[in-house]
Amino acid sequence: MQFMLLFSRQGKLRLQKWYVPLSDKEKKKITRELVQTVLARKPKMCSFLEWRDLKIVYKRYASLYFCCAIEDQDNELITLEIIHRYVELLDKYFGSVCELDIIFNFEKAYFILDEFLLGGEVQETSKKNVLKAIEQADLLQESPKKTLSPIF
Amino acid sequence: MPAPIRLRELIRTIRTARTQAEEREMIQKECAAIRSSFREEDNTYRCRNVAKLLYMHMLGYPAHFGQLECLKLIASQKFTDKRIGYLGAMLLLDERQDVHLLMTNCIKNDLNHSTQFVQGLALCTLGCMGSSEMCRDLAGEVEKLLKTSNSYLRKKAALCAVHVIRKVPELMEMFLPATKNLLNEKNHGVLHTSVVLLTEMCERSPDMPAHFRKLVPQLVRILKNLIMSGYSPEHDVSGISDPFLQVRILRLLRILGRNDDDSSEAMNDILAQVATNTETSKNVGNAILYETVLTIMDIKSESGLRVLAINILGRFLLNNDKNIRYVALTSLLKTVRTDHNTVQRHRSTIVDCLKDLDVSIKRRAMELSFALVNGNNIRGMMKELLYFLDSCEPEFKADCASGIFLAAEKYAPSKRWHIDTIMRVLTTAGSYVRDDAVPNLIQLITNSVEMHAYTVQRLYKAILGDYSQQPLVQVAAWCIGEYGDLLVSGQCEEEGPIQVTEDEVLDILESVLISNMSTSVTRGYALTAIMKLSTRFTCTVNRIKKVVSIYGSSIDVELQQRAVEYNALFKKYDHMRSALLERMPVMEKVTTNGPTEIVQTNGETEPAPLETKPPPSGPQPTSQANDLLDLLGGNDITPVIPTAPTSKPSSAGGELLDLLGDINLTGAPAAAPAPASVPQISQPPFLLDGLSSQPLFNDIAAGIPSITAYSKNGLKIEFTFERSNTNPSVTVITIQASNSTELDMTDFVFQAAVPKTFQLQLLSPSSSIVPAFNTGTITQVIKVLNPQKQQLRMRIKLTYNHKGSAMQDLAEVNNFPPQSWQ
Repeated sequence: MQFMLLFSRQGKLRLQKWYVPLSDKEKKKITRELVQTVLARKPKMCSFLEWRDLKIVYKRYASLYFCCAIEDQDNELITLEIIHRYVELLDKYFGSVCELDIIFNFEKAYFILDEFLLGGEVQETSKKNVLKAIEQADLLQESPKKTLSPIF
Repeated sequence: MPAPIRLRELIRTIRTARTQAEEREMIQKECAAIRSSFREEDNTYRCRNVAKLLYMHMLGYPAHFGQLECLKLIASQKFTDKRIGYLGAMLLLDERQDVHLLMTNCIKNDLNHSTQFVQGLALCTLGCMGSSEMCRDLAGEVEKLLKTSNSYLRKKAALCAVHVIRKVPELMEMFLPATKNLLNEKNHGVLHTSVVLLTEMCERSPDMPAHFRKLVPQLVRILKNLIMSGYSPEHDVSGISDPFLQVRILRLLRILGRNDDDSSEAMNDILAQVATNTETSKNVGNAILYETVLTIMDIKSESGLRVLAINILGRFLLNNDKNIRYVALTSLLKTVRTDHNTVQRHRSTIVDCLKDLDVSIKRRAMELSFALVNGNNIRGMMKELLYFLDSCEPEFKADCASGIFLAAEKYAPSKRWHIDTIMRVLTTAGSYVRDDAVPNLIQLITNSVEMHAYTVQRLYKAILGDYSQQPLVQVAAWCIGEYGDLLVSGQCEEEGPIQVTEDEVLDILESVLISNMSTSVTRGYALTAIMKLSTRFTCTVNRIKKVVSIYGSSIDVELQQRAVEYNALFKKYDHMRSALLERMPVMEKVTTNGPTEIVQTNGETEPAPLETKPPPSGPQPTSQANDLLDLLGGNDITPVIPTAPTSKPSSAGGELLDLLGDINLTGAPAAAPAPASVPQISQPPFLLDGLSSQPLFNDIAAGIPSITAYSKNGLKIEFTFERSNTNPSVTVITIQASNSTELDMTDFVFQAAVPKTFQLQLLSPSSSIVPAFNTGTITQVIKVLNPQKQQLRMRIKLTYNHKGSAMQDLAEVNNFPPQSWQ
């Protein structure tokens, strides 16, 4: 995966994760163009589109669009599952997640994503394990002790 | 200074802003506060401030002054600080920033931290955006962590290693020993990331697959366990156990089984099992099936398995889910070359997809339809494709028109059908037809001698109502100029002749000249056509003279020049006028100067030496070509000058003729017998004869693997092959040139030469621009005659303009599959 973007129906960016080095200007340009392209799609159209030399996989969940750019050899259908898994993780963590949760707790959304994907690839296929890691990291944050020994 | 406001508070405040200006004001105020807080080197609130900065960054505001603060956070010993610090680094500190490298030391320390979550943060950051220098410095640490027994860290280290290898491929060797027992893990996270690591290694280096092939049995076992094991709540997705891992294993198996019989054999059973047992009601199952199909098609699987795979794709095509249909079309496009027959069975479903509402599906279906056209189905397919051309979105029309021309040229069952098809394209999508199609069409029309009257009549009728589509008008103008006499004399046999007077013809041509919609080029065509009619019409010569003289003072320099020259023809050179403007001779396709020497945008010709020679008796053209080429090439490669895609008067051809002067070209023995049933008066070369009389290229030709003939600097050229079943010495090669760089390649010319025992004919390419980002291709057809069934070799020369400079390259193509020449 080269990047993942989350944006609202009005085109406001809620999360951006880039796995390729690009300048801020380029990122803004790509984001703007892609958001425009995806928002222009009609609801009955398929979730895949070709854009530049990438494949774009997107899915809408309530008011948020989840959009991933994958490479030629990546499997589009499993990318849809990856998106779905991320949404499930957010849902479990926040309890019936909605867009506001992601707006107000964007850093947590990033932390969860970083436990699920690394460098654009899935690092953990068990929902339980991802959530457990997040939980324990959160505890570590709240703990008054400065450093902790490894837990497992 | 009061404590900085909390993150959530800030977010709430900013969201209350009603206008962009209000928001900007709030942001600026807060940024100022944050800046002064940074200046005070406040440790307590640094984390909060950076978090707020990251939020504002996401809204699109600059946040570079926070970069150093992120570094300080990373260096802090508080976990909260590190978490936000690393997040900030990933968002603000990519490798283009100067301060990026300063992170290296911190990351190094954190990789060895006593808390695994800190190590995890470091691995994550390095694996997402580490620069090459960083990767070089820290690869050793990553390698160490790859061998740890802590699965939480091991899986992250594996993906971090993937990133390191992508950035610094030479470091791949370093990670090899650690991969030895990666697959022995029980933990799915580690298994998944290990498979990704192995895949990355195999994709990077051609030696790796050989090295890892011994893992195939183990991979098969793991996959089998996943399928056969019962319900596992931890990894279950809609009844399937860990689909992510299954898909990755299938992908690795694909790479390992490619070109290797033993490995392919070892995976046959499991692939068949997955293909038949996977539940297809949900997307998850289909994702696995899709990967399975890709694997089956890429390895050396037995034919039964391949048929199974294509049938799965066929079922996908009928699925209600658009995504599945899209994916099926994409895969079929990849396999249509190698498994042509099997894909043909699904042709009607594919053609139905042309009517789909989704643009991506339509495009795929169109490409696939063109790939499936052959001599047998040309009529039916063309009907569908023409209907599609009529109703599709404008973005498709150019490609569709080019594809139709190519297919028609290859498989036209009769000349009339060919002309009718071209007419249909010109009238429905006339303005989308590529410019270089015009000379090709003109050449085609010229060569269909018995259809001249019919053609000119149809073209005349077409532009009567509407002369806005430039390519149509250009072809029509040219034809009317050439065959206007047939038009007014009402000689059409194919359909009822129409009554047209000379004046009416001149009316329409003059309208074209005057019209604002006509381009300069079109006007040129029209003026020349009017001029030519001066020798073909009898009553209206004065009118023509008048028109021509008016344009002698036209603002358009090109028109003015022509008009002045034509005027001169009327005045000083009237005795030469009829000779100069006489009917164009039939253009022989296999000529060294190429048809462009004759087909010029202004239709004028100087009588070229080749045209004045007596037409050869019997099928001579190829042998003449041979003689010519013998003179040109002393060594064993015979250069063939291809038909150039542009319509400029080909000076190259002219030079060639100068070289040869008045050499006697007739009388050479025929190189090959022409098949019977050639209804034309002209002498079309033998390679075309079979085409026009019967369907030639049937499915028997299917199964010849295509090759990548050239791949360099982003330019890739693929050859696909077809053999004729009535003339087994003929191989038809279709080349496709694609461009993966970010700039178009223009003025692209493809030339080829073959050894002396072969003969080559290059048809016109679809265009001269290879669009960037693989958004389109140039297609061109090469016909090779190989009577002695020798091994096919070819030298190719490519010239094009790219990124402002002229590029040129020579290459040899030696990897022709045996089925293409045996």
